[in-house]
This record gives sequence, structure tokens and C-alpha cells, in this order.
Amino acid sequence: MLFCSLKGKVIFCSYFSSVAFFKDRLKEKDAHTWVPSLNDVPLHYLKPNSLVKFRCFIQDMFDPEFYMGTYEAVDPSTKAKVLRCGKYKDVTECGVDFNSRSTMTAERHTFYCVPIPGESPWVKEISSSGSSQARVVPSTSYAPTRQKRSYEEDDDDMDTDTQPQKQREPHTEPHGNGDCKRREKEAPSSQAASASHLDLNFPLPGEKGPSCLLKVYEEWDGFKLNEAVEVFGILSVSPALSALADEDASSSLLDPAGGMETAEEQRVHSPPASLVPRLHMLHAKPLPHNNPLLPAAGLEDNNSAFLSSTLREMAAVRAELLAYFTHVLLGDALAAEYLILHLVSNVYTRRDVLPLGKFTLNLSGCPAVASFTERFYQIIQQLVPSSYYLGMTLQNMNQMRLVPKKDYVANRLLSGALQLATNTSLFLDESQLEQGQLDTTGVRNVTALGNLISWQKVDYDFSYHQMEFPCNINVLIASEGRSLLPSDCQIHLQSQVAPPDLEAYLGGIQVHPQASQLNKFRMYLSVARQLDYSIADEVTKSVEDDFVDMRKDDPQSISAEDLHRMLVVARLLSLSLGQTSLSRDSWLRAKHVEMLRRSRMEQNKCVNGNEP
Amino acid sequence: MSSPLSTPGGRKRGRTTNPSTPSSEGPTSPPFQRRRGQDSSTGDLMPMPTSPPTDVLSPAAPLDNSLFSSPRPSVPPNEVDMSSPLMYGTPSSRVEGTPRSGVRGTPARQRPDLGSVSKAPQVDLQSEPPSADGAVASEANAGQRLVIWGTDVNVGTCKEKFQRFLQRFIDPSSSEDENTGLDLNEPLYMQKLEEISVVGDPVLNVNCLHVQSFDAELYRQLICYPQEVIPTFDMAVNELFFERFPDSILEYQIQVRPYNALKTRNMRNLNPEDIDQLITISGMVIRTSQLIPEMQEAFFQCQVCAFSTRVEVDRGRIAEPAVCRHCNTTHSLALVHNRSLFSDKQMIKIQESPDDMPAGQTPHTTVVYAHNDLVDKVQPGDRINITGVYRAVPMRANPRQSNVKSVYKTHIDVIHFRKTDEKRLHGLDDAEQKLFTEERVQTLKELAAKPDVYERLASALAPSIYEHEDIKKGILLQLFGGTRKDFSQTGRGNFRADVNILLCGDPGTSKSQLLQYVFNLVPRGQYTSGKGSSAVGLTAYVMKDPETRQLVLQTGALVLSDNGICCIDEFDKMSDSTRSVLHEVMEQQTLSIAKAGIICQLNARTSVLAAANPIESQWNPKKTTIENIQLPHTLLSRFDLIFLMLDPQDEAYDRRLAHHLVSLYYQSEEQLEEEFLDMAMLRDYIAYARTYINPKLSEEASQALIEAYVDMRKIGSGRGMVSAYPRQLESLIRLAEAHSKVRFSEKVETIDVEEAKRLHREALKQSATDPRTGFVDISILTTGMSATARKRREEVAQALKKVIQAKGKTPAMKYHTLLEDLRRQSETAITKEMFDEALRALSDEDYLTVTGKTVRLLA
Repeated sequence: MLFCSLKGKVIFCSYFSSVAFFKDRLKEKDAHTWVPSLNDVPLHYLKPNSLVKFRCFIQDMFDPEFYMGTYEAVDPSTKAKVLRCGKYKDVTECGVDFNSRSTMTAERHTFYCVPIPGESPWVKEISSSGSSQARVVPSTSYAPTRQKRSYEEDDDDMDTDTQPQKQREPHTEPHGNGDCKRREKEAPSSQAASASHLDLNFPLPGEKGPSCLLKVYEEWDGFKLNEAVEVFGILSVSPALSALADEDASSSLLDPAGGMETAEEQRVHSPPASLVPRLHMLHAKPLPHNNPLLPAAGLEDNNSAFLSSTLREMAAVRAELLAYFTHVLLGDALAAEYLILHLVSNVYTRRDVLPLGKFTLNLSGCPAVASFTERFYQIIQQLVPSSYYLGMTLQNMNQMRLVPKKDYVANRLLSGALQLATNTSLFLDESQLEQGQLDTTGVRNVTALGNLISWQKVDYDFSYHQMEFPCNINVLIASEGRSLLPSDCQIHLQSQVAPPDLEAYLGGIQVHPQASQLNKFRMYLSVARQLDYSIADEVTKSVEDDFVDMRKDDPQSISAEDLHRMLVVARLLSLSLGQTSLSRDSWLRAKHVEMLRRSRMEQNKCVNGNEP
Repeated sequence: MSSPLSTPGGRKRGRTTNPSTPSSEGPTSPPFQRRRGQDSSTGDLMPMPTSPPTDVLSPAAPLDNSLFSSPRPSVPPNEVDMSSPLMYGTPSSRVEGTPRSGVRGTPARQRPDLGSVSKAPQVDLQSEPPSADGAVASEANAGQRLVIWGTDVNVGTCKEKFQRFLQRFIDPSSSEDENTGLDLNEPLYMQKLEEISVVGDPVLNVNCLHVQSFDAELYRQLICYPQEVIPTFDMAVNELFFERFPDSILEYQIQVRPYNALKTRNMRNLNPEDIDQLITISGMVIRTSQLIPEMQEAFFQCQVCAFSTRVEVDRGRIAEPAVCRHCNTTHSLALVHNRSLFSDKQMIKIQESPDDMPAGQTPHTTVVYAHNDLVDKVQPGDRINITGVYRAVPMRANPRQSNVKSVYKTHIDVIHFRKTDEKRLHGLDDAEQKLFTEERVQTLKELAAKPDVYERLASALAPSIYEHEDIKKGILLQLFGGTRKDFSQTGRGNFRADVNILLCGDPGTSKSQLLQYVFNLVPRGQYTSGKGSSAVGLTAYVMKDPETRQLVLQTGALVLSDNGICCIDEFDKMSDSTRSVLHEVMEQQTLSIAKAGIICQLNARTSVLAAANPIESQWNPKKTTIENIQLPHTLLSRFDLIFLMLDPQDEAYDRRLAHHLVSLYYQSEEQLEEEFLDMAMLRDYIAYARTYINPKLSEEASQALIEAYVDMRKIGSGRGMVSAYPRQLESLIRLAEAHSKVRFSEKVETIDVEEAKRLHREALKQSATDPRTGFVDISILTTGMSATARKRREEVAQALKKVIQAKGKTPAMKYHTLLEDLRRQSETAITKEMFDEALRALSDEDYLTVTGKTVRLLA
């Protein structure tokens, strides 16, 4: 007995040392370049049992499973008993002796991971080009051609009748070639037919990409639902897994006692490995952002050089971006200013229930012509790493599943469109609203959106109870009048363009800046969001004085809520200028900007008196 | 499987011999099947042909085994019987040794929850020294040398200990509802046995905590080796029972069902070490399966010679005998289904209860198997505590495949269910099954002993919301609630113990935030918005279940927050019909429903915390409180406290507010943590007080309450005020009780009444309402004075009066000189504000008037 367990330890030890080796290697700077990524290399080009990485989003957490940590197996050829390790593997080898006392049971957790929802095409493109050298030798047939993509788009167009939201989803610029690969991948797969009825449970409709079952061996408590992580692990696509699944399903009919899982559950928890590969995690790091242009490790450590150089440029980039946005927003510089603030906002902490730092912007007065909002979204999509466009049509509101819901039959969390990663931009297009009645689902969806905006949380539906998941989503509401949803800040768009030229102007706004400039903008927005921020004591004092003075002048017009907003605006303004602490100037500027906005609101109120 | 177990000898000793006549033992012969089933599944009860206490490797074993073709050829032939978790020939033979009609006349029932699914590693007797020997060496006691293999359980000792426990255990402080009606100073379990003899329900539930306090060693064994120890307990209890009540007739032998094992409380903490141990976890039932008949014993008949044999299930499989033992024909045995034995089984899925979960993770689920009479005991949605044995089963090895999934399936074989919300249905009390550790209780008590505990707790409530101390105090009292009283005997029914609060105020005074905080704090809270909710959403609605096509009642927010707090935002936006639903809930605390043929009354013992805007959305200081709130008077009177959250519009206040808000934005998380009690502490404190503290009114307190009420009646006659009703007296009592709960005091004293009065008055800002006009004077509100501040103001006013009187007959004075004079006279520093207040106080007394910068004496 003693001997056996010792032997088991030896095996473990060797595993541990190799894991340590891998971890060290993975910490090296170039780690991300030499490991092939599941995100952009099709599955059938990857070697089974090789090291891969996956940039993913934890969509669901399954129950923990106990596996044979070490077990004794009988070698069929030599009949000798061999001690084996079950870690990082799905299937055992040879005949397992279940009664051997050297069997050690260990625990591991399974997470269901999908690619980061709403990841912008440019992110995919850049990150796949960055790791191109890691690509496994492509076969001759592997050539992403334009033809294939257009074929796919046709495909989508045909689908539009059945899937309403797809139609609103603007088809933007070249999808990364990831899609083509995906297509390629599915074609040779014999499972293609079964793929159609297997719901991969992506949060957003129309998403594509590989999903995987992530097996976590240690420190699983550190992971949270909806977290974006980059995982390095061993890919397991053993066909035995799917075979087993089939068998279990059939045997469960014969033996009801053995089948504690329903057929649905089987399908969800052990999908064919060719479709949903298993990934045995060696190392994972949480992604503070998914912008490939930024150094992957956060800004704090060892990137001071990068940080300082970016900080210096920030003011200049901001000016350029402001000009660009002003152009896009029909020459409205103030709205452009607020848009920048909105895009760099971030919930940086929570005080009991109150999320701090959120800045939901309601851009009212959007022209209803020439699909302005959709074009506008495309521009935003070009700039932020992940985003989602939700047209608030009656149909969408009444039919879409926004809030994730637990499906007890299949024992999984059915995803909803509000299951989004941190700092995803959610673009709500209220100009799509039409007359009609919201049904129960619709009311619930609108409430969920309201909760999301006010408290930055989503109550997941567990049918017997609700569970609250905090989130950090930048919500931008584009509407004609004032939005029916709450918002932190509303700004009415004032077009500087004469109405007759509007159509033509709008047609032209989509002209993109150059790639280098775009990258600068992208980097700028991501960096500004990550900066630290503080308020010095002197400034605190003057802010307090200012508030008291303002209240003195007109106590009705300024409330605690206004101070809240002004503090947020001041914070975002400083950050957008690359300043990490509030200066007197920024505070004054924030006050000024707020004043301009308020006076515009007043004006607007006078113009259309019926608006509340 | 005929001999040795079904030999006459075995039968004679078999405790399970059925009294039925031999003629009934036809081809169906259920009694014998039952007996066999019991023997096999429990294993431990296997009677041995010979019963020398030390003989484990009795000759019966090899004999027994030779009947089957063993499924694993490598296993030595004598292993099967040894491997069955228990072999106590000893205990069972001892039972038989003193024949008692009671024990023998009662059939034992299978315990599939313990035995049949066991996957214990097989004993390899060849490679290991005989188990008993090893144990003997360690065991000093020569008489009791036998232990069960793989454990340190000695059957004899274990049994004796348990019998002693049953006979002697007394728990005078027991407060479990199951023990009501039992004499707490008598041995608890003997009374329960007596109950069994009367009622005839052969189940003895044993609280593991009792076992632990009685004998820690026994408890440890029970937890570690439930599969062996519980059958021993069964034996012990049956012996004892039939000794006591030899004439009683039970359907089955008594089964012991331990519960409340403290091994694990949380599903998340289950790990491989818990396998095969007794655990208790809490959770919520989410699915139950159909009834599954599980074969316990297969009946085989030889096609050639009609020889029959029985085979027990072994690790979920039946090994078909390859050779007929009678005629030696190979493969001649066929399974006869309707003579085989089946037991009931049900698969239940439970999910972690939401309170146990760390933030940001999804709840885990666990599969639970219920057997026999535990089948269909629970429904989806029930919150239960399960005690059972945790099992891990390897995925079945498939002979055709060399590779198997290296994963075990885990489940729990349930031994005991306990519904945690059962009490709520009985309408007794809300004692949540929340256990506190000794240290936690100690910390809580220390906190309670602090003189400023009330202020501390109030400031810990929603620290991000600035000031509004009194409102926080009111909400704090609401969280604690009053003492529940039952007057149903005298015809008045239950008195409401829950405090209802209405917050009414200007927009942007963080009312919603406060509501949201409370909703997050309490375990059973609901948050609805008056704008979005209908009467139906608050109460209950009838809908057709999509699966069963039956009408089912779906409960709304008020019912769901039974024993919790229902937060209703935008109360004023609610339609009148919706609001009218609240009348019943807020006083009678029930909800009557008559819909679609479903007529019922549901409990809705909920506290309502509502927030409303004034009728003109901004508080109109020109109007009275009632005119501003504009809610039906009937409804208003049901609120114990009505708080006005007004924007004070005062410079000092603004400054403090600004400071608070700014600090919110730059202080780090840790800094704030230090300042306040954390939410978990607050939650525990409240839960503890709600569960364990039931204050009663003292004599002085009653007097004080009476006086307070009379006073309130007097004041309340003023115009436009909320006048006092008996309801207000009740709410004063509730508040006083809640306040004494805050202090962990079992007695309501005068200070509690004082605070209740103060809050009540403060709530309506009656102190600030000018009794002549009924208007709220905003400038008075800005001071937001506490009781001590008011006392100081009184003192300053008196001092000022003296100063003025000292001046003699001067009808008018300069404001500044007067201030200077007062400052000179006073020992403490007098601020300008204090002076102003003193002046105002005096002018209220009609002693003087202030016009501009001059002060004029009146009269």
C-alpha cells in the first residue's frame, strides 16, 4: 500500500515538474506566438494532445467531476500492472483495475467556454496575424478565398426571414478569415450534420467559432462566470469521447438506473469532441482586455515604457479622435466629447450596491434617415474590441432571450444576449422602436436592460430563484427622443449639417481613417480605460466648495445626483487626457462641459415642450 | 443460492421469518423474497451458520461463493462474502441468541441506501493479513476484539454505546419542532421509541449532534463508516425496542436515520475525501425522476431441472450463474422476472441554495438517490437538508472497449430528508436554519454589548448613502422586526410583527439605492417597481403548466418575500387597484386568492419597504404631509414609519454631502472596509437576533407606551397631520421590540420605547411641522437634530433666556450684542447656528421675536 502510493506520487511529481516547466515557458514573452490558437486555427489542423491556447469567455460552469488521478491498468500485451496518471486526460488507457487500491480519486472542474462574445472582426484579424507563425502546416486545400466568404454571406441573407436579429446585425467589413476557416473546418467534419442541431450556446445570436470544455485542475475558485481568459492547455479530441457518449445514451435506455442524465444533458455535457474539443488547462491568465494591440499583461507591471509613451501621445490622439467623432456625429463637438467619455468609462469599483464609474450615454436626436444608427455602430465596432448591436425592435424585445436562463433539463445555463464580457460595448438602437405592445418577455427584457444600466448587474433566471451577476458593460443608447431606458447622461445631438445634405453626408461618414490611425484610436480607448485615477486632497476641497457654491446659487437645479455625474465626467475627462489624477483644470472643464450639456437640454425642453 | 442461507438453521435464526403460513409460499412467496432481499442488501445482517464471536472467516463464505461464477476470475473464491461491507455474524447471532418474539416477528426492510450500491474496494484476503487479526492486535479489550474490515468499528462496542445513548441522552435545551410534546428531561430517544410503538412508523431519526455531544468517538465512526455503523445502530435499536415493547407490532424493523451530520454543509465543499462518508448538505430540489424499480435480487430457474436460485445485485450487476448446481447443466438458468425482487428508487437532483454560493459562480447540482419510502418525499422547489452517503461510481468498464472515461459519477444515497422550509408552511416561526459557530456568536454578543451598537449598525447600513441616519435606523428596526405574538385563541389572530416603512421624498435622494441595498441584504427579499408591477405580479397568478397542462399557481413578489422584505419602488406610480391588494397583506399578512377555481389564502408575512415621490414629484413645502404624499389614508396608517427624504438645501449639509460623495470616488475599498461593519456581519447579527431574541414588554415600558400613545392622540388632532390610531400604538410596540432586539435584550425597556417614540416622531418630521399651519418647515429640517442635540438646544435656549432676563427691561436688543453676551456667559462654545436655534426656540415660546437684526421681547 505504502509502496503503491509512493509510486503514484512519483508519477505525479514528474507531471508536476513538467507542468512547472510549461508554466515557465508560457510566462515568457513570446509564449503567445509559438502556441497555436484555437481561435484562429481550425480544429482539424491541430494535433490532438498538443499544447494550444484559447482566448475565451466562461459561459457556464458544470458540476465538478471526480476522475481517477492515478489508477492501475493492465497492459493487454504483457499483462503487467502499470500505474498511470489520469490527469490532463479524458480517457484511460488499457484495462483499468477498478479495485486496485492505488487508485486515487481527484477532483477537477469543467467550464464551458466560448469565444469572447461580440469580439470585433479587427481583433480576430490582428490576433490571428500576430500568431501566424504558430500555424500548423496548412494543407493544400487551405486557402481562404473571397468566394467562400461571399457564399457564406448569401447564406446569411437567406436566413434573415427566420432570424430577425441577424438582419439588423450590420455586416461589416471583411470578417476575419477565422470565419472562413470555420467554414472549412466544418466541411470535412463528418459531424457537420449533427452540428446543426447541437446548440453551442453562444450568448449572441449569429456568433461562430469553436467552443470548448475546459478542464480545470487547480484553483478553480478563482474563475468567475463571464470572465475572459486566455487558456493554455492540452487539446483532447479523442473520438472515444463521442463514442462513449453515444453508447451511454443507448445504454441508459436499457438501464434506467445507470442513466442519471437525460439525453439532453448527455448532449450538452459530452458533445462530440470534434465539435467541442476538451481543453485540459495547464495555465490560464485572466484578460483585462482583449485588445491585441496592447501588451497582454496589464499596464501596471513592467510596461512603464509603453505606458509613458502612450500617455504622452494621448492628448494628441484624443484631439484626432474628437475631430473624427465630430465628423461622424454631424459636426456636433459636444456630443463627440461625451462619446469619448462614454467609450473610456469602466466600472472600477462598487460601493455596496452602487457601481462607480459607469457612464451610460443616451444619444438622443439621432436622425432617422439613411440608417444613421447602424452606420454609427459600425464605426464604434471598428474602434472597440467587443461590441454588440441590439436593435430594440418590438420583435427583438419580445422574442430575444436577453437574460441567461438555467435549463434544468439539460442542466446548463442557456445564454442570453446580456451575458457579455467586461467592457463590451452594448449599442441599443432605440430608433428601431415601433408601435405595438410588449408582452411578458418584452417587459422582462426591458426591465433587465434597465437594471443593467442602473446597477450594472443582470439577474440570471434560475427559475426557482434569480441570481445576480454583476457586469461591466458600456451601454450606449441611440434614440430620437429621450430614451425610455434610464441613463447616466443624455445628450441631444445637434446637427451642424443642413437637412438637404443630410443623406449625402451620412453616406460619406463611413469613410474610414487609415489603418494606422484606427489602431491608434483603438489603443487609445483601451489604455484610457485601464488607467488608475486619484483625487488629491486640495482638489477634493475645491470640488466641495464648488458644489456648495452651486447649490447656493440654485439649489433646485443641482442635486447629489448631479455631483455624482460631474465627478464621473471629471474622472473620465482626466483619463481621456491621459491624466491619472484630477486637476483643477479638468474639474473646471468637466463643469463647463456639463453646463453646456445642461443648457442644451434646457433648450431642447423649450423647443419640444411635450418632452418631460 | 439456496443453502446455507436459506437452510432451516438460517431461517430459524432469521429475524425476518414471516409469520405467514407455508401454504402461501407458493411461486410468489413474497415474504421470503423480502427476507432474502434484506439479508443481501444490508449485508451486515447476514446470519452466519455458526456464531462464535471471533470467527470471521466462517466456512459459510466459500460455500456461498461457489454458487456463482464470479464475475472477476482473478478474485479468490472466498472473497465475495467477505467483501460485503460487513460480516457480523457476531451481532446478528447475538440478536438471535436471545430469541424474542418481537424481533423475530418483524421483517426487516432492505436498506438500499446503505448497502446495495456499495462499490467498496474488494478485500483481497490473500495479500492482506486477516482483518480480524490485525484488529485484535490493536484492540486491548480481549472480549471485544472484532472490528469490521477496513474500519475501526467494533460492532459490540458500537451497539452498546448506541443503546446507552438511546437510553440516557437528554437534551433539555432542545428546541426542535419534532420534539414538541416530549418531556425534555426524560431520555429523548426512549420517548421517541415509545412514539414508534404507538404510531407504528418504524423510523427513528437521530440527530447526529446529539450523538456527538454524547460520544464523540461514536459520532466519528458514524460519519466515517456509515455503511457499517448504521446497520449496527439498527440492530441496537431493534433489540432495545422489542425488549421494551415486546408486544408491539411493526410493519418492519426500525431503521435508524441519522441527520444533521456536520461533516459538510455546503455542496461546494464536497471533495473526494467525502466519498462513502455520511454527509449533510443543503440545497434545493430541481428535478425528480419517475420511480425506478431497481432489481435487488434476481430469481433464476434452471430450464432443465427447475432448480431455482437467487442472485443478489452486486455493484449494480447481476451475475448470471453459469452452471446449475443441481444438475450441472451449463447455461440453463433463466431469469424469472416476477419472482425477482425490486425496490423503489428515485433520482433527485438538488442544486446549491443561492445563499451558499460565492459570487460570480453558477450553482452546482448533485444527483441524489432516494430509496423505498423516501421516494416522492420531496418536490421540485423544496429547500431541503439531505443526509446521506456520498458515492462515486466509475463509469462502467465496457468489455468491448479498452479505453474508458476516467471520470466517476457521483451521487448521494439519501438516508434522511429534512425540509428547511417546512416550518414556514406550518406557519410557526421563521427560524432560518442558520447555524452560527461559537466564535461568531461570541463576536455578535460582544458587538451587542457595546453601548453604541444601535448607531453602529445603523451606520453600517448602506454606507454609500449619505446621512439619513434616522431613516437607516428605521430600516434597521424593520430588518429586526417585532416579536411575533399569537392571539388566535382570543380571536384576534396573529399580530403583525413586521414593520412597514414608506420613504417619500424628492427625486434623487437615493431612495432606490436604499431599497436596492436592503434587497441585497436580506435573505428573502424581493424588489419590484410599482411602475412595472401589476396586482397580479405582486400577489399570485394562475397559469397553465406547459408540461403537465394543469393550472398552477405562480406566486408573486409579496408571497415570495414571506418572512422577508418586499421592496416596492415607485410606490406612487402604482395603480390604485394594485395598491389595494396591499391592504390585506400589510395588516393581516395573508393573501386571499380566488382565481380560476383556486381559492386559497397564502401567507405573506412580509415587511414592506416602499419608496414614493411626492405627488408633484418635488416636495411642496406649501402643502401638508398628507397632501404631498396623496396616498389613501387607510394605506398610510398601515405604515409604521413614514419617512420624508427631503433635500435640506443647507450649506453645511451640502458640504458634508459633497465630501462624502467625493470620498466615495477616491477612497480605496480597504479604507472603507475599516470604517464600517461588513455586510456579512450585519446579516448574521440580524439573523441571530431574529432567531433567538424574543423580547417581552416590561412594566415600565408598558407605562411609557401608554403615555406616548396618549400624547400622540393629543398632537395628532392638529390639522393635516397623520393622527394616531390604535395602529400607531401597535407600531410603537413593534418598534420598541425591534430596538430591544438590536440590543439582544429579552426585555423591552423604557429606552426602547423612547427610541421608538423618537423615530416615529422623527419619521414624520412632526417636530418640524408647524402645528398652527401643518406645514413642514424646511429650515428646521436642515438641522436634522438627534435627541442629544435637541437637549443641547434646550440648554442654550435657557441660557439665552437668562442672559436676556439679566439685562432687565430692554424691549429690543441687537442680534450681535446678544450673541456676544451669550458667548461670554457660556462655558461651551456657542456657534452662530446654535444661537439662531435658541432664538427660534424662544420665539416659539412666544417669548421674543426676531426681526432682521433686532430681537424684541414680547409680553
